[in-house]
Amino acid sequence: MAAILGTPAVTPALSNEEILRYSRHLIMPEVAMEGQQKLKAARILCIGAGGLGSPVVLYLAAAGVGTLGLVDFDVVDFTNLQRQVIHTTADVGRKKLDSAAEKIAAINPHVDVRPFETRLNSENALQLFREFDLVVDGTDNFPTRYLVNDACVLSGKPNVYASIFRFEGQASVFATEAGPCYRCLYPEPPPPGLVPSCAEGGVLGILPGLLGVIQATEAIKLVLGFGDPLINRLLLVDAQTMRFRELRLRKNPECPVCGPRRTITKLIDYQQFCGIRGQEGPASHRVPEIEPEELRRRLERGEDVFVLDVREPHEYQIVNLGGHLIPLNDLPRRMHELDSSREIVVHCRSGARSGRAVEFLQQAGFRKVKNLRGGILAWADRIDHGLPKY
Amino acid sequence: MKILIPTPLRPYAEKRASVEVSASTVGEALHTLTTNNPELRRHLFSDDGRLRAFVNLYLNDEDVRYLEKENTPVGESDTLSIVPSIAGGRISGGR
Repeated sequence: MAAILGTPAVTPALSNEEILRYSRHLIMPEVAMEGQQKLKAARILCIGAGGLGSPVVLYLAAAGVGTLGLVDFDVVDFTNLQRQVIHTTADVGRKKLDSAAEKIAAINPHVDVRPFETRLNSENALQLFREFDLVVDGTDNFPTRYLVNDACVLSGKPNVYASIFRFEGQASVFATEAGPCYRCLYPEPPPPGLVPSCAEGGVLGILPGLLGVIQATEAIKLVLGFGDPLINRLLLVDAQTMRFRELRLRKNPECPVCGPRRTITKLIDYQQFCGIRGQEGPASHRVPEIEPEELRRRLERGEDVFVLDVREPHEYQIVNLGGHLIPLNDLPRRMHELDSSREIVVHCRSGARSGRAVEFLQQAGFRKVKNLRGGILAWADRIDHGLPKY
Repeated sequence: MKILIPTPLRPYAEKRASVEVSASTVGEALHTLTTNNPELRRHLFSDDGRLRAFVNLYLNDEDVRYLEKENTPVGESDTLSIVPSIAGGRISGGR
């Protein structure tokens, strides 16, 4: 393949300890001393130290990438541990950056870890990317994905991409001269209302492992300049059937950021672009709400309050308030189960889906319907501490 | 022909991973699909009837935007994949 990355300015020498450490690379003709030196000279920036970022930086550190930048501002919590394998139970409550940097140093003290405790944004992205040869996108939201892509295109850095949903993943290498960028595929993100709700969310813990390792592989190949990188191809991974499919990608001549008639020549406001600004937070801000304490008082007084749970049946099994279960998606065709003359309190996990349910019911003519603020999570926090949270 | 439904859209297609339809063009196949699964329509098409910008269609391994779009002819043994953009695994209501 033609080299995607330029030759490093300096080829750093390896110490005897490093030669021993990397011996299984050094005896491979595809890597050899020259390749290992390229890895040591390489500067890779990983956005996010979560599900994808964990295997990415673990493997890149072990492989001997000399400089690993890491952008994250999050703190480890218990729900991360099912997939974010760089963090341990003892790390809960710590900054992900601290936890990850510590593991990287333990795996390979020769790696220069550059932690950036910040939310990547239009103000800092280009400056940050300048210091690195390529970027690995391990983010989990559309605004940051478009930001990473545009900043990669504008700064001429390859974007090693993967994303995951439940048991499906996608991977590619974007923003190289030889191939398309993320916007060539998807000029625009989905409007907020149309992305799968939290009911359909979730991810099989191994999936970011599979996809993150693919990203690490591609990053290393780009550095070494060997093999066929995942350029002009979108790899689809389905862990459920364990099928890998490949789709052909092309540079979109109409692409707004990398096409010949580009309209985006600098970074924009990505929150707004993704329709998030202006309707920050769930619909619950626009619909009548009831606090958990108020609901408890009214139930205790024996008032006639009908509790409607709009989560999925498998969520109901985890924890419930004994409410009547109608998943949000089923509400339109099961509305007849509800009595519009009664007072109805709708809840979900955290209040977003139930906010949409209240909105929907209001439009359908229900007048006495309220959203339980904060959902069953708030109930568990403030009313019944014995309930499990998820 | 076979239409592959991606995980995020399966709730709107009776939870199925694939459906068989008979059609002579991509547009016809989608019409049959969304007629049988009306909820899927608003996820695939905007109000003016255009395919949404975050959904791509591949006939076998080729993007239909670079074939004849909705008019691309299809045969019985073809597979049409619906490939939406996905962002990550974070539960949208959570942290």
